[in-house]
Amino acid sequence: MKRLRRRYLALKAEDDQFFYGRDLMDALWSMVYQLFGEFGASQTGLSKVKWDEEKGVLIVRCSHKALDMVRAAVAAVTEIDGKRAIIHVVGVSGTLNGLREKLLKQQTRGSYK
Amino acid sequence: MKQFADLHLQPNLDDRELLEKIIRKAADLGYSLVGVSLPHRVQQDAIDFLQKICRENGVDLVKRIDLAPRSSRDLLRSLRLFRRKFELVAVSCFSKSIARQAAKDHRVDLLVFSSGDSRGRFFDVAEARLACQGIAAFEVDMALLLKRGGFSRVRLLSCLRREIAIAGRFGVSVVICSGAVDVFGLRGPHDFVSLAALFGMDDVAALNAVSVAPLAIVERNRGKLDSDYVARGVRVIRRGRN
Repeated sequence: MKRLRRRYLALKAEDDQFFYGRDLMDALWSMVYQLFGEFGASQTGLSKVKWDEEKGVLIVRCSHKALDMVRAAVAAVTEIDGKRAIIHVVGVSGTLNGLREKLLKQQTRGSYK
Repeated sequence: MKQFADLHLQPNLDDRELLEKIIRKAADLGYSLVGVSLPHRVQQDAIDFLQKICRENGVDLVKRIDLAPRSSRDLLRSLRLFRRKFELVAVSCFSKSIARQAAKDHRVDLLVFSSGDSRGRFFDVAEARLACQGIAAFEVDMALLLKRGGFSRVRLLSCLRREIAIAGRFGVSVVICSGAVDVFGLRGPHDFVSLAALFGMDDVAALNAVSVAPLAIVERNRGKLDSDYVARGVRVIRRGRN
């Protein structure tokens, strides 16, 4: 059986805003559903992996074929929990460890706190 | 490293805190060049302040004017008045005659169609044919897409898909801009590339639309505004002494 390839994305709301991981995930799911419908949403394989409350970073995973769909949905989010908001993709990687390394590098560079 | 440009920010110039925020955010997102829409009679101190913020954040500022003419004649008059005062001229095409005039005029850089309805957008085959003979690029304003929802967004996506296909067929440059009025309208260049897939732009074309195409327009115009520029292909290389 062919191994399922995945992509891990680190997401963060705008710097001066705080939302819970659940709110971010709800906003993302709702946008995926709006843009691609039930059929498209079922192809993304989107799920929550980890929520880092201290840094406000949500790690999600999706099918590697659906990466563009998920990124488009992330970029299209304009509201979370009824408040104006945006979600940025902080990093993308094929493995969770790779993503953690990327985030660490960005943190030391200062481009992500 | 690839350079990215967002040629359309339209913040309130009187709100200096907002200006600082939006320029800083654009720099954080990886843009090295931003175009700010300025009013016709802009105060010099507002430009100086913008340039200062941009310098502090390592971003290159492009002075842009948005013309919204009522007729072709009005467009020609505005171009005569403002072309040499701004580095970028965008024309909002509210009628077919204005769109046609803008597409064939070499002083127009960007063609803007801000209607979400196909009847209000005039970028068709004839328009693309004129635009490819001229130099005007087709602007995709992402703010239009982001602020819409439901059927209105579906209609806009359908229009954009058709227009992007026409632009590709005739080799008309496409420029993707945020059209942001505040930080909530800003997105990273790669986010725009992903969003562009929604209206049928492939990754390479979309990356060009946020980097190569806008940078080329600005470089060309700065060359034209240079004091050594005489005409297309003619430049002063040395000045003699009397």
